[in-house]
Amino acid sequence: MAVITYRDALNRALREEMERDDSVFLLGEEVGEYDGAYKVSKGLLDQFGEWRVRDTPIAENGFAGLGVGAAMVGLRPVVEFMTWNFALLAYDAIVNSAAKMYHMSGGQYNVPIVFRGPGGSALQLAAQHSQVPDPWYANIPGLKVCAPATPADALGLLKTAIRDDDPVVFIEGELLYNVKGEVPDGEHLVEIGVAEVKRPGADVTIVSHGKMVHVALQAADHLAKQLEVEAEVVDLRSLRPLDTASVVESVRRTNRAVVVEEGWPISGIGAQVVDDIQREAFDSLDAPIARVSGLDVPMHYARSLEKIIVPGPEPVIEAVKHVCYLD
Amino acid sequence: MASTEETVAGEGLEGISKEKLLELLRTMLMSRRFEEKTAESYQIGKIGGFCHLYIGQEAVAAGAIGALREDDYVITAYRDHAQALVRGISPRTVMAELYGRIDGCSRGAGGSMHMFDKSVNFMGGHGIVGTHLPIATGVGYAIRYRQTDQVCLCFFGDSVVNGGPFHEAFNMTAKWELPVIYIVENNSYGMGTDIDRVAAVDELFTRACAYAGKRAEQVDGQDVLAVYAAVERAADRARTEKRPTFIEAQTYRYLGHSMSDPAHGVYRTREEVAEERERDPINTFVDRLTDAGILTDDDVEAMDREIIEEVEAAAEFADASPVPGPEEIYANVYSDEYRGGPDGRDAWR
Repeated sequence: MAVITYRDALNRALREEMERDDSVFLLGEEVGEYDGAYKVSKGLLDQFGEWRVRDTPIAENGFAGLGVGAAMVGLRPVVEFMTWNFALLAYDAIVNSAAKMYHMSGGQYNVPIVFRGPGGSALQLAAQHSQVPDPWYANIPGLKVCAPATPADALGLLKTAIRDDDPVVFIEGELLYNVKGEVPDGEHLVEIGVAEVKRPGADVTIVSHGKMVHVALQAADHLAKQLEVEAEVVDLRSLRPLDTASVVESVRRTNRAVVVEEGWPISGIGAQVVDDIQREAFDSLDAPIARVSGLDVPMHYARSLEKIIVPGPEPVIEAVKHVCYLD
Repeated sequence: MASTEETVAGEGLEGISKEKLLELLRTMLMSRRFEEKTAESYQIGKIGGFCHLYIGQEAVAAGAIGALREDDYVITAYRDHAQALVRGISPRTVMAELYGRIDGCSRGAGGSMHMFDKSVNFMGGHGIVGTHLPIATGVGYAIRYRQTDQVCLCFFGDSVVNGGPFHEAFNMTAKWELPVIYIVENNSYGMGTDIDRVAAVDELFTRACAYAGKRAEQVDGQDVLAVYAAVERAADRARTEKRPTFIEAQTYRYLGHSMSDPAHGVYRTREEVAEERERDPINTFVDRLTDAGILTDDDVEAMDREIIEEVEAAAEFADASPVPGPEEIYANVYSDEYRGGPDGRDAWR
């Protein structure tokens, strides 16, 4: 086991898959000469050359559509968006083309493509650069959606996504790139659509994904130390397919659930998870399920307000106390 | 009659085999008769949804696709029946697709706007204006990537030149020297809006000069041989120099934008349509072939009869083909097992 950053885990995934399969290529803004806006693609241009590591113009719909066309005839493009905010310009290519092609061609043209980049807020980037795109893609049949929280999952899920025969939306965390974690030395693959318990516990289930897994873990530590409440943290890892079974299995043991996400509350990922729990584990619940989300407003630039809008451990702790009737 | 191997005399016909000339006529005539039947079937409720007919524009699809090799790629927008037929998808499976049946070329999932057939490299049938231009760029990218000498031919309508995907696709295609032939079918109207009313520059090929330079040209889209020659030159350039070409084919659609609007009355006059019909691409080509002694009127009539029979048989085949069963609903959402929704599907169904 080596300890590496989330950024290096993604870089390793790209390098390993490009070495393994000549049909894999990377394209996007600044991915080549600049080594990637977040240095995820560092060194790849030197190793693989410009046809496999392609710097594109700033034309998201154009280069995302280029990826779809190349994928339809058998290549395996990895399209990097500098951030998912910019991918809104490519929503047509992702939703109308990539997600629909296999279906509307009657199963003839599959689209083996990965769209990846950072989502969510960072630090004081204001409204247009601080958005959580997760539900925009999780809503779309034909797509698969991953949102890894740790370096090991970033490595394993990205490798699996590149090998997948369907379009995968891969949402990284802008504030996760420097997070370090243990990563297996050999070939490491993580199945899409399988959640993982990141911290076992018997008293309450906290469901989250991406950056919020770390917030949930901080809250769980606090709850254990201060209140002797043992929270089980379930990391969804993928948002489509959603591993409902793992969530339900946990809630059946703990009888209480808090669902945490960074994005907006209305029609959010948490709304879906809560629905799954009430359908499958209604009789196991000892309290109504609580949701913690980003506040329902465009992001403020002012740090004083940004800190309130993005969920930290405090609202998660409060929500757990509420479902445990400790408040 | 001359042998099929022989090239023939006649103005503008030099250097083209008789076999090719007959193929061009046959594919145009098939498109015309097929779509006449399509309109009839639509009117009696056999075909649903949006249905855009190509009648009047046949020379563009026939000439352009006629100049390609079998291993080249073709992609187009939603007015796609003729391109599908010319590319070699059987009339039976195109009609079955229109009828929403399981034997359709997209298994009844696509309908009029989404014809696909991977076996002949026919890549659709795309319903959002401009969305498939970057896809064609990607096909060109894959051709260069693999270092083959194929080309990708991309059709689109005139209204596309005013949108973003056109410019994004053209810039990348030209910059990376990708073997793509873009052909705009300028029928003067984006739905019911005259292109002159919304385009700052109405000579559309000039819009591409910024990217394609002298490789942007204008041809008479009602002259099948002019289209054929232009695309043949472009394909040769794409194979040898890896360079894209932009072609504006000036053509005309006789009917409404789709089956739900009239041919004239709102945005153009009956007289205008009648005038355009005077330069009908099929009639003028038949005249050239008969004038040159390549075909007699009887030959043309025999060909037409044979095509009409094939189209009628296609409609009968479509009508007899089974409708897709419920097992098709989730069949092609993913290429592996479907795992969407709460527990896979709605619990009440």
